[in-house]
Amino acid sequence: MGEKEMSTYIRSVPNTWWMKRKPYFLFMIRELTSVFVAGYCIFLLVLVYKLTQGVEAYSNFVAAMRSPTSVALHLIALAFVLYHTITWFNLTPKILVLYRGEERIPQGLIAGTFYVGWLVVSILVAWLVLGV
Amino acid sequence: MARSNEPIWWSLFSAGGMVAAMVLPVLIVITGILMPFGLAGDDPLNFDRIHSALSQPPIKLIIFTVISLPLFHWAHRFRFTLVDVGLKSVSTLIAVLCYGLAIAGTIVSAVILWNI
Repeated sequence: MGEKEMSTYIRSVPNTWWMKRKPYFLFMIRELTSVFVAGYCIFLLVLVYKLTQGVEAYSNFVAAMRSPTSVALHLIALAFVLYHTITWFNLTPKILVLYRGEERIPQGLIAGTFYVGWLVVSILVAWLVLGV
Repeated sequence: MARSNEPIWWSLFSAGGMVAAMVLPVLIVITGILMPFGLAGDDPLNFDRIHSALSQPPIKLIIFTVISLPLFHWAHRFRFTLVDVGLKSVSTLIAVLCYGLAIAGTIVSAVILWNI
């Protein structure tokens, strides 16, 4: 009698698994926010690079930022980046488990602290960049 | 247990995610809405102002952090997203490409900022 070796059964998962259920889809959207995060950082990198190329190159680039295409791209990026921010702050208390004595600090308080911090940082950045 | 580089990449992912969450929304509002529609004073991003600001080392360091760390955040997330949609067989190549691009972006931004 031939002896059959035991093997692990691996259930195949189709590559479209994330389209099957809403939570999976939202997970995928959350992961894809990173593309817009990186995209905007590359934009900042180009802006800084233009600064090294002289007044004209920089001014032309800033002028192009007033175009409808640029505004539209910014709005799309903003939607994804806001989704990143919200999911990030809501997830943080699940990773950052803090105790005060024996008692665990409520997750809502930790998340709330990050939202307040976000507001403060945003005002500070706007003040620094715009100088108003 | 085998030694792993995972903690390093995860730390960079985490730090980058925090920087992106905190400062990118307001920056996008400034460069994508306030500036184009003239809602933020008279040409706040003019060459002289931004150039003199970015000539200061502390500002250079802040901008470097804001550009570099989120790139590592992207690299880590995007790496696993590609594996999750079926590219498991080339996962090593994906890791090298993603982290490699983040490292390249970091070096380029350091060089550019250094030369301002």
